[in-house]
Amino acid sequence: MSTPRSDGKAAEQPVAVEDAVLRAEGLVKRYGSVTAIDGADFDLRRGEVLAVIGDNGAGKSTMIKALCGAVIPDEGTIWLDGEVIHFHSPLDARRAGIETVYQTLAVAPAMDIAGNLYLGREQRKKGLLGTVFRTLDHKGMRAEAQRQLDALGVATVQNIGQLVETLSGGQRQAVAVARAAMFARKLAIMDEPTAALGVRESSMVLDLIRRIRDNGLPVVLISHNMPHVFEIADRIHVHRLGKRVAVVKPDDYAMNEVVSLMTGALRLAEDGTLVDQKAELNHRLNPRSGG
Amino acid sequence: MTAVVGERRRVDISDLVLRYPALGPSCALVLAVVVFSLVTDTFLSLDNLSLVIEQSLVVGTLALGQTLIILTAGIDLANAAIMVFGTLLMAKLAGVGDGMTALLAGILLCAVLGSISGGLVTSLRLPPFIVTLGMLTVVAASSRIYAAGQSFPVSNGLLGLLGQRFYLFGRIEVTLGMLLGIAMFLIAWYALTRTAWGRHVYALGNDPEAARLTGIHVSRTQFSVYLIAGIIYGIAAWQALGRIPNADPNAYQTGNLDSITAVVIGGTSLFGGRGGVLGTLVGALIVSVLRSGLTQAGIDELYQDVATGLLVILAVALDQLARRRSR
Repeated sequence: MSTPRSDGKAAEQPVAVEDAVLRAEGLVKRYGSVTAIDGADFDLRRGEVLAVIGDNGAGKSTMIKALCGAVIPDEGTIWLDGEVIHFHSPLDARRAGIETVYQTLAVAPAMDIAGNLYLGREQRKKGLLGTVFRTLDHKGMRAEAQRQLDALGVATVQNIGQLVETLSGGQRQAVAVARAAMFARKLAIMDEPTAALGVRESSMVLDLIRRIRDNGLPVVLISHNMPHVFEIADRIHVHRLGKRVAVVKPDDYAMNEVVSLMTGALRLAEDGTLVDQKAELNHRLNPRSGG
Repeated sequence: MTAVVGERRRVDISDLVLRYPALGPSCALVLAVVVFSLVTDTFLSLDNLSLVIEQSLVVGTLALGQTLIILTAGIDLANAAIMVFGTLLMAKLAGVGDGMTALLAGILLCAVLGSISGGLVTSLRLPPFIVTLGMLTVVAASSRIYAAGQSFPVSNGLLGLLGQRFYLFGRIEVTLGMLLGIAMFLIAWYALTRTAWGRHVYALGNDPEAARLTGIHVSRTQFSVYLIAGIIYGIAAWQALGRIPNADPNAYQTGNLDSITAVVIGGTSLFGGRGGVLGTLVGALIVSVLRSGLTQAGIDELYQDVATGLLVILAVALDQLARRRSR
């Protein structure tokens, strides 16, 4: 299981460094005696939604944090658009064009939608008012925010001046996702965007993510929700015990097979076939007792 | 999205309350002015209204600085003590040197004391309540040590400048301090609502973690608020000397709570992130109007305190209700 790279039954060629938007090899992060990521690989290609799944404690969130600058890995290399990068903070990643939608959403509830979309990135007026008096261009920001929301088809939000605290959970999520889409130049990372949502709101957010991908922005989606992952992902990165154990296409495998990969009951062989770990283990321990 | 019409209207009203926190207090102010004008013969006159504004000036200026801090979900219990120390330094220095040096030194002292609070809150992440409670005790005691049991009358022209009266349109009595106070409120309103810094102050009060994640320099913004509040307290010291040209270490002992009262009545949330300085201006005026009106209606001062206290509780209750409805 040293390099469990497989892209499914189609057995695609490994991605060259230049073809991946974001790529990592051999990432390691240790906290004292605990190894959170243990030589993890990662690649995100152009124009895809890559789902990252893994059981609690598999180290997927530490890996994602390493990719978006919140954690500095002890070992390993990360490439963004073919260039080696070293992020020291989430701001570094943001400046490089990587936007993250946190599970907590990072919105200010008492501010309106436009204000939240531009939070921390306010635009000043042109001319003296902007440079000397530092006046914000409220009108311009609102118009642009409205234009972007329309382009993304966030139709459930009627009024750009609505306070975020008066929005439903799904609408708040849509604001956070739209903000990432507005400002991400390279890719967007979304942490459990449908976790707290009902059926209808989830499908609204999934539609939104699909549109973002169709506009050309690759998306990394971290989710525990298998139906959502299978609905939207182009590829699924399966994380287990601190490393990537498989990358599969949702069309090639059944949901329960992918769950088994995640829990370790099944293993993906080099040729794309699934191996029952327990049977294999028994066979190895007791080769004579049939198998 | 398929909400009943009646339901939507209710949401819109609480939306209005949330969006314009100064709206309720403004209505209350107008109501109070109307009631006192009807009930008493003396309340509604230009002279009395001018006096009402003048009386709210020092606490109003303190409340302006307090508003900035409360918007970041902090609180400043030391503001009046800092201001009093400022008046003492100004008065003592003016006795031996020129007024300008005394004035600038006093403002600088207040700025330094404000930034000590700010530094403790931002760098050590101590709760503002505790930090400023400690500062209150230390600064108040330091003032008394510095004053050595004396008070200092001020005769300097510059230090007394803000108390100078003149008549607008030949009829309306105003002081320079009133004009400066209004100008300061307008500047603070502009900074809070029209600049990125103001946005960041609100975002920080809303949710500091969210603010950090969106790339706002949280500590820097928070520190700047305490520093600016300190400068405002320095100007409040100048205002105080304009009103009463005597620096007394025992003056304004309840100034800190009075300023919090004005902020809260003005609709700013003690939990941060909601409200604004225009509400505080209205809140300071409400307190002053209540005092003046109730006095002229012949009501005892203690009952005036009762009225103010009830108003504070009402204001906080309304804030909570509006917030709960929006959830």
